[in-house]
Amino acid sequence: MTNAKSSGSTRAHNAKIMNRFELTKRLVGQLKHEEAVIGGIGNANFDLWASGQRPQNFYMLGSMGLAIPIAFGVAIAQPHRHVFALEGDGSLLMQLGCLATVGERAPKNLTIVVWDNGIYQITGSQPTANPAADLVAIARGAGIANSAWTADETDFDRLVTTALKGGGPNLIAVRIDDKPAVATTDRDPVQIRERFMRGLGVKAASA
Amino acid sequence: MKENQVQPATWHEIILATLKQNNVKLIVYVPDRVFTPLIKALHADKFFATFAATREEEAIGIITGAWMGGLRGAVLMQTSGFGTIPNALASLVVPCQIPALIFVSERGTLGEFNLGQALVYKTMRPVLNSLAVENVTITRQDELAFTVDRSIKQAVATQAPVTFILSPLLTGGKVFEG
Repeated sequence: MTNAKSSGSTRAHNAKIMNRFELTKRLVGQLKHEEAVIGGIGNANFDLWASGQRPQNFYMLGSMGLAIPIAFGVAIAQPHRHVFALEGDGSLLMQLGCLATVGERAPKNLTIVVWDNGIYQITGSQPTANPAADLVAIARGAGIANSAWTADETDFDRLVTTALKGGGPNLIAVRIDDKPAVATTDRDPVQIRERFMRGLGVKAASA
Repeated sequence: MKENQVQPATWHEIILATLKQNNVKLIVYVPDRVFTPLIKALHADKFFATFAATREEEAIGIITGAWMGGLRGAVLMQTSGFGTIPNALASLVVPCQIPALIFVSERGTLGEFNLGQALVYKTMRPVLNSLAVENVTITRQDELAFTVDRSIKQAVATQAPVTFILSPLLTGGKVFEG
């Protein structure tokens, strides 16, 4: 994390290393308008589940790398609802092209949160291509101007508050520790999808 | 199509009209030479939101999110692009029961000049069949509107994806020019 290789680095070298579950709770705590949240495969998903099973949460059980495209699709379909994608650094590196698509289409109601622990934690903590890759610099280069590393918890709260005002797309990158998620999701894709659609008002809640 | 309506003249006009009739508004594609007139017409028609994704599985993710948000979408790709999406089908679209509408411009047969395309072509139907994903190969223009219209309706009604494989017999395909 410390050896930025280019002068274009956006890294705050004094950025605090935080905890994914704690920040997931802080994020969800700010959601007052049934905002949608898409959890990426693995621990991003698990900590979202552990933070409280809102009907507006979608837990992606496979399809590594597609949390941001799925969130982008929801954002297109429902332009008045803010949509968050929670994605790990390894998953984002698998599907970097989606940042260019988001940058070009510029959905105002989409915010990407990247949990960056520099490892593929769920498969045995192998190192990702970080720290060579600066994901905020990549996102800015892809046209997502509102992209920033997070200094500490207070800064995270501020970035989420700002994102919720619109003016997206936004990308909030967070250096996190290597603690595992505190729970795991149920693994029933149809139930998860159905609940999410009802939570978004696409299907009637009582149907 | 009602009998008193004038039949559109080309395959791509029929597909555009059928998508519109079925309220499919979001079109995400990875480009293909044969699909160019369709993509151009979709871009020109403000009924549709049409844009390119960087990769076919990304396009699948986008229309999956859109469906869950209440918006119908379709993806367009060529045969080689199909090779990038089996995981997205097997781990997202099929288990979540998403009526993804997937249009594939068929390469690799009936005069293919690129060995790579010819080999990916051989994997496409076996993959779809092994996942029990509905797939229809369309060779005749007089069957196109009926096939696409009914298959979209079935996909939505049964919450299941469908793949439309558009044969060179319908589109003319891509021929070696060099």
